[in-house]
Amino acid sequence: MMIRLGAVIVALTVGAAVAGPILMPYQPSAQQLERRLERPTLSHPFGLDELGRDILSRIVSGARISLLVGLSVVTLSTIVGVILGAIAGYAGGRVDDVISRLMDVLMAFPGILLAIALVAVLGPSLGNVILALSVIGWVGYARLVRGQALRARELEFVQAARALGAGAPRIILRHVLPTTLPAVVVQGTLGMAAAIIAEAALSFLGLGVQPPTPSWGTMLDAGRSHLFDAPHLTIFPGLAIALLVLGFNFLGDGLRDRIDPRVVR
Amino acid sequence: MARYLLRRLLLTLPVLLGVATLVFSLIHLVPGDPAQSMLGDSAPAADVATLRQSLGLDRPLLVQYKSFLTGIVRGDLGKSFRYGTPVTREIGSRLVRTIQLALAAMAVAILLAIPLGIVAAVWKGTAVDHAAMTVSLVGISMPNFWLGPLLAILFAVVLGWLPVSGTGSVAHLVLPAVTLGAALAAILARMTRASVLEELRELYVMAARARGLSRLRAIVHHAFRNSLIPIVTIIGLQFGAVLTGTIITETIFAWPGVGRLLIQAINFRDYPLVQGCILFISFTYVMMNLITDLTYGVLDPRIRLE
Repeated sequence: MMIRLGAVIVALTVGAAVAGPILMPYQPSAQQLERRLERPTLSHPFGLDELGRDILSRIVSGARISLLVGLSVVTLSTIVGVILGAIAGYAGGRVDDVISRLMDVLMAFPGILLAIALVAVLGPSLGNVILALSVIGWVGYARLVRGQALRARELEFVQAARALGAGAPRIILRHVLPTTLPAVVVQGTLGMAAAIIAEAALSFLGLGVQPPTPSWGTMLDAGRSHLFDAPHLTIFPGLAIALLVLGFNFLGDGLRDRIDPRVVR
Repeated sequence: MARYLLRRLLLTLPVLLGVATLVFSLIHLVPGDPAQSMLGDSAPAADVATLRQSLGLDRPLLVQYKSFLTGIVRGDLGKSFRYGTPVTREIGSRLVRTIQLALAAMAVAILLAIPLGIVAAVWKGTAVDHAAMTVSLVGISMPNFWLGPLLAILFAVVLGWLPVSGTGSVAHLVLPAVTLGAALAAILARMTRASVLEELRELYVMAARARGLSRLRAIVHHAFRNSLIPIVTIIGLQFGAVLTGTIITETIFAWPGVGRLLIQAINFRDYPLVQGCILFISFTYVMMNLITDLTYGVLDPRIRLE
């Protein structure tokens, strides 16, 4: 049930992000200044923003940014995390020590604090947000894969491969990594939700995607100045974030239950 | 116990050094000249050179690093570019507000979550349980930068019951504390429910029930006390989320704490103050984790032996 609901929400968002520009009757940046802050009507179901732009069109357009950030961060984090985690877990010894200490240091920064710090010095932009979130994101995957690799190293079929003369890269790629794949897929799905919320948080703080590019976080930030006269500026972008995050969380939790609860939990 | 304490302290030191090193390197990640970036592109070269000198950026990297580390040990994090005062003084003057907010948020979370979790466990599988868990799921999925403005719209704009921002009275603290505490409350409620249900399967609870105690009394008087250990663990582990949550919550409600100071410092490109705030927040987080670990050691002697 949850997994289906999650899949539907995610599929609808992806569909809107892909087909949105064709389906939407308004350009996300088209302004009607004389109608600024207009409340929802039939022609503009989510109303107009502080520059008279159609909020629905901007939310659909913002979905592209959210999904782009989510996919990029999850892909980069997975690649780096899986490689370093597998090396640390399989090699052990000093290599494991160095990688594990690096992970300890990165985990000593709570939540998105390090991402905030990195974007603060590198400058706010979409690319820097993806980079900063990946710098903190890979640790989760590395810890997961390291644990799995440590366990896989002792499995009989891995020892058999070693006895047959297979080298470390081959064993990691062919034997260790496939055992970690289900857990990584679950982590990646939940990671999408985390990256989307983090991007929105950074943009809300003015450290993410810069106007006029429509990002859900930036839209929420703009809504803060109009809580009294135009609450719809706050309600709809937030609803979009919460729904998509809920969708990915449902999907991730459902996948975790389906694949193999023992592997992940 | 003393050996355990010493070992945990020794394990924390390299992490603190790593954090300090990363924070030190932040200013060197600024594209181009940090001093030029702080003063703006049109600043005269002489001013840039003076600022570079006062920030110590003209010295060799290793000398800068050594002076940064000795500064931390002495409690000297440099001077704020914007205020011209020591960074520690700026952080110190806002610390009380952040502590107030964090404690209030944790109190809100505990007061909401534990009764909700117990109710869900007592009436497991019923509509009450489903409703409680749905509320907590909504709490987990709702980002605080949306919840905060929504609460402000409802309680400040529509109902007019609470002030929308600022400080001065307990009423000013309500919306920020609820905003910050909601996610923790959601997680805690789920944890409390799971933990109480787990204890309910234990023999001593069955014995209590066999003596004629109602399910509710068995939970409140017996199961709940033992289920507290994982609940306390979650509270400790979630402290980091509360700490970073203050950055957003303080920004939404113009609450003059360390989180808001950090965002203002970023906007003013006050890099020494940015570094100071980041270092302070992460050091606090590491120390809180250490205290949580040490508390387990006291509560559960088996952990000390591992």
